[in-house]
Amino acid sequence: MPEKNQRIFTVSEITQDIKLILENTFGALWVEGEISNFRAAASGHFYFTLKDKDAVLGSAMFSRANREIKFKIEDGLKVICFGKIDLYPPRGQYQLIVEKIEPKGIGAQQLAFEQLKNKLAKEGLFDLAHKKPLPLMPFRAGIVTSSAGAAVRDILQILQKGAACVDVVIRSVRVQGEGAAKEIACAIEDFNKFGEVDTIIICRGGGSVEDLWSFNEEVVARAIYNSAIPTISAVGHQINTTLSDLAADVFVETPSAAAKIIVDKKNALLADLDGYRYELVSALSSLISDLKNTLVALKHMLKSPLDRLLEKQQYLDEISVALNNHMKHYINIAKERALSLIKRLEALSPLAVLSRGYSLSMLAGEGTVMKDASLLKAGDTVKTILDKGAFISTVQEVLKDEQRKTIV
Amino acid sequence: MSKEKPSFEEDLKRLQKIVEELSSGKLSLGDSLKKYEEGIKLAQSCSQVLNDSQRKVELLMKKDSKFSLEKFEEEESAG
Repeated sequence: MPEKNQRIFTVSEITQDIKLILENTFGALWVEGEISNFRAAASGHFYFTLKDKDAVLGSAMFSRANREIKFKIEDGLKVICFGKIDLYPPRGQYQLIVEKIEPKGIGAQQLAFEQLKNKLAKEGLFDLAHKKPLPLMPFRAGIVTSSAGAAVRDILQILQKGAACVDVVIRSVRVQGEGAAKEIACAIEDFNKFGEVDTIIICRGGGSVEDLWSFNEEVVARAIYNSAIPTISAVGHQINTTLSDLAADVFVETPSAAAKIIVDKKNALLADLDGYRYELVSALSSLISDLKNTLVALKHMLKSPLDRLLEKQQYLDEISVALNNHMKHYINIAKERALSLIKRLEALSPLAVLSRGYSLSMLAGEGTVMKDASLLKAGDTVKTILDKGAFISTVQEVLKDEQRKTIV
Repeated sequence: MSKEKPSFEEDLKRLQKIVEELSSGKLSLGDSLKKYEEGIKLAQSCSQVLNDSQRKVELLMKKDSKFSLEKFEEEESAG
């Protein structure tokens, strides 16, 4: 129990005292932490918790204070908040009433840029699949820029020098400051409605990040994405690419580089055309030389009849000489063979036995040697050949039965 | 001049086709000569279009959502 002289506070009293102590002790202050449990209430007020490794601090940012924030507050974001410590009696909780909030590490504008970039990337505005090819040769380029700027002058000069076949249509817009983004976006839409250009170059010369900021705005990125006509973004000499660059079909660092793309296309096409001419000439000349060769072959086949006759005669002469030689050769061989046969025959000849005392008889006037007496009759004239000489005799009598043996 | 330009891509495609056909060596001499002549003409006219130097520079104006073109005065176009 409390002592008699001790004061007993009501909850409200002590809360009120604590509230005063808190508010008087801290006043306005900066607190650094990470956002969690972020909630935007229907009233427009923001409620969230700031936390670090070991502690949490409930925070509130009322609508009148949060209206001016450029970036999106979300869980996980590291921030620095300016405000005052307050106690909310109905809950008995102290909290930070935030007046200002800044992203930690990067500027608010940069954060806004990153957040928008992420959002548009998620929507597919920078998808490579959506990129359109530039025409084979842009003959009529639309330019969205300030007609008084250096960018348009650079482009016109380079095209004049390198690709004077390209007509240029300029839609003059403000390229920086309030409302510039909307003008740029409108100009892109205008070219699409106008229709008579085949490429749109969105450009401006170099400048600070702030100068180029219009090209980072959502309307511009969307207009570029929605353009049915292929786009080239050329927003000056910048280290970081703009959203305009990311959304465009092609992006280069400077307006001059954009013009050079067109000049390069023209030169490449001229080189191609030279190549085609060369191919045409060489294809035709090889065809003609093939035909010439065929012609020579045909001519050869179509010699005059006289030429062919002479040719045949010569051939005949040649083969007849060869034939003669062949014949002589074979006749000689035949002669030799005949002689040797005669010699062999001689050895076997019945005439050879004549020397041993035999004789040959034949009917006079016939060459047939008589072997059968029965074929003779008395009175026939017979010629008998001996080893040496011959004689003619007349048959006196035929002895049919006389045996050879008995004579021998 | 600008009326010819839309046909540039078609002409170029036609030229590429002719080069292909002629290089195949499958055409007769008569057809080859015809294609050759046509090809050379196409190459000539394509080159002419590219080498044309009569460019126009205009400003696109818009009034009551109607478009018009105005001549753009170049400062030092010779540069």
